[in-house]
Amino acid sequence: MTALIKGRTGEWEVVIGLEVHAQVISNAKLFSGAATDFGAEPNTQVSFVDAAFPGMLPVLNRFCVEQAVKTGLGLDAEIHLQSVFDRKNYFYADLPAGYQISQFSRPVVGKGSIALDVPDGTTRAIGITRVHLEQDAGKSLHDQHPSKTYVDLNRAGVALMEIVSEPDLRTAEEAGAYLRKLRSILRYLGTCDANMEEGNLRCDCNVSVRKPGGKLGTRCEIKNVNSVRFVMQAIEYEARRQIEVIEEGGAVVQETRLFDSGKGVTRAMRTKEESHDYRYFPDPDLLPLTLDAAWVERLKASLPELPDAKKARFMRDYKLSASQASALVAEQETADEFEKLQGRVAKVVLISPSTTANTVINVVSFIAGERGMTPAQFIRMNDVHGALILQQKNVISGRMLKEVLEGVAESTKSAEAFVDEKGLKQVTDTGAIEAAIDAVLAKEPAKVAEYRAGKEKLLAFFVGQIMKATQGKANPALVNELLKKKLAG
Amino acid sequence: MALDKATVARIAALARIKVPAAEIDSLAEELSKILTWVEQLNEIDVTGVEPMTAVAHARPPLREDTVTDGGIRDKVLANAPETTGGFFVVPKVVE
Amino acid sequence: MNLTALTIGQARERLRRKDFTARELAEAYIKAMEAARPLNVYLVETPDRALAAAAQSDARLQKGSALPLDGVPVAVKDLFCTDGIETTAGSKILGGFVPPYESTITANLWRNGALMLGKVNLDEFAMGSATITSARGPTENPWRRKGDNRPLVPGGSSGGSASAVAARAALAATGTDTGGSIRQPASFCGIVGLKPTYGRCSRWGIVAFASSLDQAGPMTRDVRDAAIMLHAMAGHDPKDSTSAPLPVPDFEQAVGQSIKGLRIGIPKEYRLDGMPKEIETLWQRGIDWIKSAGATTVDISLKMTKYALATYYIIAPAEASSNLARYDGVRFGLRVPGETLDAMYENTRGQGFGAEVRRRVLIGTYVLSAGYYDAYYLKAQKVRTLIARDFNEAFKSCDAILTPTAPSAAFAVGEKMDDPIAMYLNDVFTVPVNLAGLPGISVPAGLSQDGLPLGLQVIGKAFDEETVLRVAGVLEDAAKFGALPAFVAGTA
Repeated sequence: MTALIKGRTGEWEVVIGLEVHAQVISNAKLFSGAATDFGAEPNTQVSFVDAAFPGMLPVLNRFCVEQAVKTGLGLDAEIHLQSVFDRKNYFYADLPAGYQISQFSRPVVGKGSIALDVPDGTTRAIGITRVHLEQDAGKSLHDQHPSKTYVDLNRAGVALMEIVSEPDLRTAEEAGAYLRKLRSILRYLGTCDANMEEGNLRCDCNVSVRKPGGKLGTRCEIKNVNSVRFVMQAIEYEARRQIEVIEEGGAVVQETRLFDSGKGVTRAMRTKEESHDYRYFPDPDLLPLTLDAAWVERLKASLPELPDAKKARFMRDYKLSASQASALVAEQETADEFEKLQGRVAKVVLISPSTTANTVINVVSFIAGERGMTPAQFIRMNDVHGALILQQKNVISGRMLKEVLEGVAESTKSAEAFVDEKGLKQVTDTGAIEAAIDAVLAKEPAKVAEYRAGKEKLLAFFVGQIMKATQGKANPALVNELLKKKLAG
Repeated sequence: MALDKATVARIAALARIKVPAAEIDSLAEELSKILTWVEQLNEIDVTGVEPMTAVAHARPPLREDTVTDGGIRDKVLANAPETTGGFFVVPKVVE
Repeated sequence: MNLTALTIGQARERLRRKDFTARELAEAYIKAMEAARPLNVYLVETPDRALAAAAQSDARLQKGSALPLDGVPVAVKDLFCTDGIETTAGSKILGGFVPPYESTITANLWRNGALMLGKVNLDEFAMGSATITSARGPTENPWRRKGDNRPLVPGGSSGGSASAVAARAALAATGTDTGGSIRQPASFCGIVGLKPTYGRCSRWGIVAFASSLDQAGPMTRDVRDAAIMLHAMAGHDPKDSTSAPLPVPDFEQAVGQSIKGLRIGIPKEYRLDGMPKEIETLWQRGIDWIKSAGATTVDISLKMTKYALATYYIIAPAEASSNLARYDGVRFGLRVPGETLDAMYENTRGQGFGAEVRRRVLIGTYVLSAGYYDAYYLKAQKVRTLIARDFNEAFKSCDAILTPTAPSAAFAVGEKMDDPIAMYLNDVFTVPVNLAGLPGISVPAGLSQDGLPLGLQVIGKAFDEETVLRVAGVLEDAAKFGALPAFVAGTA
């Protein structure tokens, strides 16, 4: 499925590849013992190695290697038991050594793939070219002074995984879906927080256009886009820009561009970057990295159930739909809390997993979001299972569930206690309901006549009035049944 | 390999070393001589030979993931030509 | 009592016998350090530190709990970062740099009781074979040609170290050797210089030149002293990923051991066309000494020898071009202002680097650049494998190798200066040893016709410094090299 863009001269195919820089979760940096915490005072998490002082040498952090291998395994990729660290040489204020230690010719992880969920329920495999470890650079602040740049090296030397996709993506939406899926996998693995706002996941987008079936066009790289939304916007803009350039008779210039999120456009970087000659060569301060095959196997066996597998299991074992399962597994905690919730409630009363799923996806997510919490946090802190049990026992109606959950969130009461206190028990007494129906119908004789004359949609109006009269507590099914009976005469 | 002035200028720019115009010619000559001299390696057949990247020992040492360094800002900044508020200061870069 | 005439071995014994104190020994050397100023050896003198350390040595000597190097005054090549003491690598670009850390090597020395006299001169960033490229001017060799008053070079890049030890302005010195920078100046100055196996000594805190070749080592009066110093300097350092995780043997016990039954290889490719006769003669004398001591000599072939220099002059500059990228005026050293960041880099490095460093950084940048990497750098690394293989093959039929150290004696300042390549040829016998990562020592073995020292080199198997020291000890005994340079700073 390719979504083509209509240009003046016909249809165009967009070819997209993403290079994601994911900050590795670790206590210390890739080659030094300085800390990696976010938000520290400038230059307080910098060792002499990070600042490239004379005579300083790198020593590899074992855990960072483990994190990279786990990531590779989670992307179904081949793990290279032998890999090499290379120096990537260039000059910049936040690159103290004048080179970045990276992996060029032989990365630690090779080819893999990510499955994208397509709306029709199928999946499309997007290839991963490679994953390698490299040092992050420091931060340059250009806006603190009119003629000076301030440099903070706290981030210099932090471990990054560069995850490179094959140019298999074809639309901005796919790019967004790819990033969300990648993010999910990384968080499941615990190898990266993948929080684009905090900058621990950054994305470079490679975009080119071509006529369908034609050869690959010249690509431009849009660097350092820091949200999924901006990635999609940048790609959309850039694709159209390139199409316009070509249709006007010009040629796309291969260059590095930045996305101006304020204006929604990409622009070429002002410094004329001569195509960088990085002069890669194996870092002579480090030896080639050799991994033990048995160790990799142990690591593989220790991986958590990943999103795709969990989704498949949820669909199979809980009979959830693809979209329900996808929504639940996007965050590992949500999926875990869903399962625990289902288990707890099902011990007490009959409940279909679909009902639990919908409750979590629709009701809990909404209420939690309003309170700045994740659904998982909300479930852990509040008596959601109690409320569901009451619903399944018909003590409260389905409509009442949301109100009960909100009330339980405000107080510290259990659902049962809250329902008792507020008198929210569902009214199932047919006598009381009939009385309420009679009262409403008596008030609206004209509408009753209209209904009986054929205006069937007035049923909803009557139901609404009855629910109002009973403060929402009447059992909807009974209301419907009894109302219809009475209207029928 | 004979290097022309343009190449020397390009290499000097890559290496961020300013070479006064008056010196480019003689520098090009010196570098050319050296490169021509090292090209004697062209005589050697290296088919099937692996490049030597590090002399000896098997595996790189691996560090434990503990914070053992940093928190030494004063020392890190002490030799810098210009600093302010805990930052290194350089001429502004425009991206 | 001429204290500065004693070796470490001799001083050690007499300090414990309380013939004199560490303070007296330090004072004698401090005077000598001052007397050596005309040679431009010391860049920084640290007499107060030396005396303070001597006082601590004396306290331990009093108690009878002396450390191996207690009271030994050492000169430190200004390539080793010394905490709180300016370290410049002989370059303008590091002018004023005061390291906030101590190199592992020097820390090891101080932990063993040695004291620092000061930092000594070197070729800028260790690039050179004559100690004439330093931003602080050339260092002189204390030796002069017979009947000739022209100043001579001490060799390089550890020329300051060699000159200090030869002139008795230090009892020992640290040097570094990337292509011969310990052995060749040792040969030019008539002292012992030992480059251990790559990985034997830590590189942490040493200003890096060529990472896969650099090694620190001792420069001393005699072979025993070299063994004593190496024992204190060497050892695994977890902060250096290329540091060998091996225990340090008792090097000293190898000195004085018999070499009966050993096989010493004589590589035919080291017999160069146009080699001065006296070098050839010296080498033959060395062979005779070996045989008299009960060892046999074996003809071996190191086929790739003639390509070693070219290989080195691709690899070393390449690594250097990357190692020196950090000298950019941002965090330490010289900054020459510029309108933009790049202008600041270019001005700083343009003015901060000397001509030889600039040459090598540019060569290095070129051989790594796109389109040339395969033809130069990758090719050179493959030839390097062949050079290492040559040695591996040779060591199947011998236990150590004997060669001259340098193709000439020390030359005058001004000779060989116009052509960089002529200068590079000084390292023809030493460079292959660095490429293969093997240990090598230079021992003063005789005098040239002009009365200048000539050294013989012993090369050993990887991590077999013991055999190297064993053979070197025998050569030393046989050579009985007792000549003194024209200028001796130590008199007390």
